[in-house]
Amino acid sequence: MPKMKGAQILIECLQREGVDVAFGIPGGANLPTFDALYQSKIKVILTVHEQGAAHMADGYARASGKVGVCLATSGPGATNLVTGIATAYMDSIPIVALTGQVRTSVIGNDAFQEADTIGITRSVTKHSYLVKDPRDMARVVREAFYIARTGRPGPVLIDLPVDATVNEAEFVYPEQVDVRGYRVQAAPPVNPEQVRAAAEAIAKSKQPVIYVGAGVIHSGAAPELLQLAKTLNAPVTTSLLGLGAFPESDALSLGMLGMHGFEYTNLAVAECDLLIGIGARFDDRVTGKPDEFAKKAKKIHIDVDPSSINKTVQVDFPVVGDVKDVLRALLKLAKPLDTSAWLTALADMKRKYPLTYREKSRLLPQYIIQQISDATKGDAVVATGVGQHQMWAAQYYQFNHPRSLITSGGLGTMGFGLPAAIGAQFGCPKAVVWDIDGDGSFSMTSQELATASKHRLPIKVAVMNNEFHGMVRQWQDQFYEGRYAQSTLNPIDFVKLAEAYGCVGVRVEQKDDVRPAIDRAMRVTDRPTVIDFLVEKKEDCWPMIAPGKPHHQMLGTYEMLSKDGGVPQHRRATPDEESKLSLG
Amino acid sequence: MGEKHTITCLVENHFGVLARIAGLISARAFNIDSLTVSATEDPTISRMTIVVDADAAKLEQVQAQLGRLIDVIEVKELKDADFVGRDLLLVRVVVNGAKRSQLEPILQRFGAKIAEGDESSVVVEAVGKSRALDELIEALRAFGIKKLVRTGRTALERSDK
Repeated sequence: MPKMKGAQILIECLQREGVDVAFGIPGGANLPTFDALYQSKIKVILTVHEQGAAHMADGYARASGKVGVCLATSGPGATNLVTGIATAYMDSIPIVALTGQVRTSVIGNDAFQEADTIGITRSVTKHSYLVKDPRDMARVVREAFYIARTGRPGPVLIDLPVDATVNEAEFVYPEQVDVRGYRVQAAPPVNPEQVRAAAEAIAKSKQPVIYVGAGVIHSGAAPELLQLAKTLNAPVTTSLLGLGAFPESDALSLGMLGMHGFEYTNLAVAECDLLIGIGARFDDRVTGKPDEFAKKAKKIHIDVDPSSINKTVQVDFPVVGDVKDVLRALLKLAKPLDTSAWLTALADMKRKYPLTYREKSRLLPQYIIQQISDATKGDAVVATGVGQHQMWAAQYYQFNHPRSLITSGGLGTMGFGLPAAIGAQFGCPKAVVWDIDGDGSFSMTSQELATASKHRLPIKVAVMNNEFHGMVRQWQDQFYEGRYAQSTLNPIDFVKLAEAYGCVGVRVEQKDDVRPAIDRAMRVTDRPTVIDFLVEKKEDCWPMIAPGKPHHQMLGTYEMLSKDGGVPQHRRATPDEESKLSLG
Repeated sequence: MGEKHTITCLVENHFGVLARIAGLISARAFNIDSLTVSATEDPTISRMTIVVDADAAKLEQVQAQLGRLIDVIEVKELKDADFVGRDLLLVRVVVNGAKRSQLEPILQRFGAKIAEGDESSVVVEAVGKSRALDELIEALRAFGIKKLVRTGRTALERSDK
């Protein structure tokens, strides 16, 4: 057996896992790894900041469905990754983070650039490894990728002391992975009794609602979901991260539910007699007050992770298993339901309580997003930051395909948009990738324009520039009597910023210029474009259910806004026939 | 609040596992009464016995969350009739001359013994169920307790379970 350095074994294993691109920054403790990468076929994308690297790996994974890889050196490199790893953890995204570490002989001595990376990341990783001996390298890398992508996916970190990467060992590739504490989690067996109980509950329902989360996307179960919805004639609502799992152009689509979900969608959930939760975790932004959530409904919960079940909302029919496996089993038992009266009632609710906004003298972000949705026909990959613009993107962009929305749902990480869009573009080189962002969010990681520019990525960034942390400002108006404690932002000239990085910069202040600017950005194919939309400064994101409140205490309803000039809105500027039906 | 439940876990016997479990417990704000860890007949596996104070819903969450850890091989709740559970108690009790004879019958009643001693005090050693040890401690208070330590519950399933 030939001996190889630990770093060479690592790279050989990465290649066998199908890794084609990795995002990161070299430093003292990971130089051997970068040196081995330099001599490999893996494309290494140098980022400006390690947080960017983690978000890029995340965006790559969300868009492509493959495991994303990021690298950082020890100490500050590793700590800079933490926000990105936590973001991936909260949204169950498979990434592998490779961190440098000081030599094993000095671990614990407060050596230069030493941090207890395993300790710091323990609560935000699915699992982590410290490789002390290169003989363990191949097994660890194999297990890390396996654990990251199977079961409920999530980030895995491998901490690599310098000596484990420079010392030599025989390279023995483990063909099989066997982690005894993980056998069941990797592929939980579907219990036929649970499926039968769920099917019986479905057969009794007259007013069902299917509530879908990202688990459907992770599991690749969008076709089975569509089939189930069509078989049952059941309407489908999605969480923020579930957007795209079900085509919003379909008449059965109810769009997003929850805090900033549609009024009629939350009403539908309140009125349904059966809620079929699929690959969703009953997050507090979805449920509002948990005891009031879908109060009239029996609840089915299908999830790969048993700890998600009964965590916040008690359910009647749990089904543990991979969503795709469960849906296939369920489809064998499912019979068509007569839901025509229910669907008619829902159509009525949609007409009575549509999505709305009021025209203002300045540009409105909602209008801009409608135009982006229309210009891209809902076929783009859309990344977002976090805040009002994120909610407006969820409301006004029509998502029709899995993996078309790349957004930080669980952790709500501002600054996610641009690096995630870069990762998504590397994962899907042919896709049209937009980053719909806010000025506050975008500014947190805008330095990664350098990365996008260097690789001539044709990403389009739409900055909703309102010179506010808009969502904070909205809450301050709503709950803190308008005291704007540090929510006002210094104006930034994003056109100049874009040009400084070698990107195209466009400023838009007039409604008439919105569509031409979007169309222009769509024509730029050799560099990023940043559109600086100077929007209404104090536009609020409606409707809204205040935290912990039940759906019927919704603020910013159609009834309220229509008195003040609000008119019903479609999500696309020129709705096609189907999306007219779905008001999508 | 709920009631006491005994959970037994088989875990990988390598470094960092206890930290993972302790971290999970603190991050999820579970109330832990005691936790014991030791090697098993298989040197690659350790057994943990965790006593939690929880209602049924919380207990289900504790077990499910523990089960998510890759290093946890098996998690099981042990119901009262299903296991043999014992604590170890070591307590230094003040005993001078005549009082020593009063100590004997108490030790006999609880199956306890003197592990070591000098003129003024003895270390009493006792193994038993948690409640029996509580009673023993109460009985020893009259003598004066100088120092006390007890392990949490450690437990083994009864046969054929």
